[in-house]
Amino acid sequence: MAERVANREGIKGMANPTRYGLERVAYWLQRISGLGLLAYLIGHIYETSTILNGKIAWNNMLSLTETPGGHLVLVLVIGMCVFHTGNGIRLMISEGGKGVGKPGQPEYPYRASSLNSKQRLCIWVSIALAALAMMYGAGVLFGD
Amino acid sequence: MAAITASREEKPEPTKQTPPPAPAVESAPKTITLRISRSNPSENSAAKFDEFQIPVQKWTTVLEAILHVKQNLDHSVAVRYSCRQASCGSCGMKINGRPRLACYTKVSELDSNVITVEPMSNFPIIRDLAVDFKQLFSTHKKMKPFIINEGSEVQPGAKEFIQTPNDLEKFLQFSYCIKCGLCNSACPTMATDKSFIGPQGLAQAYRYTADNRDEGKKGRLKIVDQSHGIWRCHFAGSCSNVCPKGVDPAMAIQLLRGYLLGFRK
Repeated sequence: MAERVANREGIKGMANPTRYGLERVAYWLQRISGLGLLAYLIGHIYETSTILNGKIAWNNMLSLTETPGGHLVLVLVIGMCVFHTGNGIRLMISEGGKGVGKPGQPEYPYRASSLNSKQRLCIWVSIALAALAMMYGAGVLFGD
Repeated sequence: MAAITASREEKPEPTKQTPPPAPAVESAPKTITLRISRSNPSENSAAKFDEFQIPVQKWTTVLEAILHVKQNLDHSVAVRYSCRQASCGSCGMKINGRPRLACYTKVSELDSNVITVEPMSNFPIIRDLAVDFKQLFSTHKKMKPFIINEGSEVQPGAKEFIQTPNDLEKFLQFSYCIKCGLCNSACPTMATDKSFIGPQGLAQAYRYTADNRDEGKKGRLKIVDQSHGIWRCHFAGSCSNVCPKGVDPAMAIQLLRGYLLGFRK
């Protein structure tokens, strides 16, 4: 009830990538890929810890990753990892005040300098690199 | 004298040619459906949408459409507005899902025959489209939005501060903030963190920090350098995307971080 009165959009609003352009999509992808990689890290620690239960347990666990489903997860992990790294570098540089443009007299129609073409290019490059890495990974994992 | 008269008679004054009438502006009125969110938290009533058929011209703004409802169809619709020219920052609301100023948004630019207006997100609702700005204004005040300088008082013999155009450009853009709250409404962090300072407050902290007349940088940086402060911004850029005055709060926040990280002096 308190939240309805406060009228906050909540996680649903935060996670909505539409309405505000490419930068908001990049924000959403960064969050999703971060959470995905965190889940993978936990899963990976669990997976490798099975070696403590002996060779059979380890081989059973390893066979799971060698299914089409397991390969698909790994392809997604490759994509998330590459995008998160590329976009993360952009964010680290920008959040130090670099590459966000210079303050100046705004002129109509107002275009925010911080949402400039260099930022957009970096986002697209991150997406493209992630796609290429996923294609390469899929080729290796699903290939002969 | 007579000659003068005669010459006047001989030379009749040229007749003023009236410019041809401007072609009539073709603007057939069309009818749109205006969906207005209705809620009254003091009565604990659930929010609902009322629909109205409104005649509009190509220059009709969303605010004018809402005022048409108030004047002719349902005077109980609650809406806050004042200047009608994007200067006062009163009529911010969500129009077709995006925070905008109602007086600055023409119906024709929305390319839709159905327009939905809702109160801005991340602000408590007073009633219908009117939201409470208490938190926005109190956060703004916390940023000390004034020049802090012992020598700035106007005293006999005191000289003015001289600023170059470059000095002015460092903060001028951010002083155009009209405190409409659209940036806070679009911010994804504001959606989940009720203690977050928000892009409006952080942009104002930068505006005064970047002013070379000001000596309050240290104090202001301390205010923003906290767990619900500047580090909660993830540079989604939505604040700058919706700002109706070109203030670019996202840039201000990143530049302010530059001070904290030591990249800027």
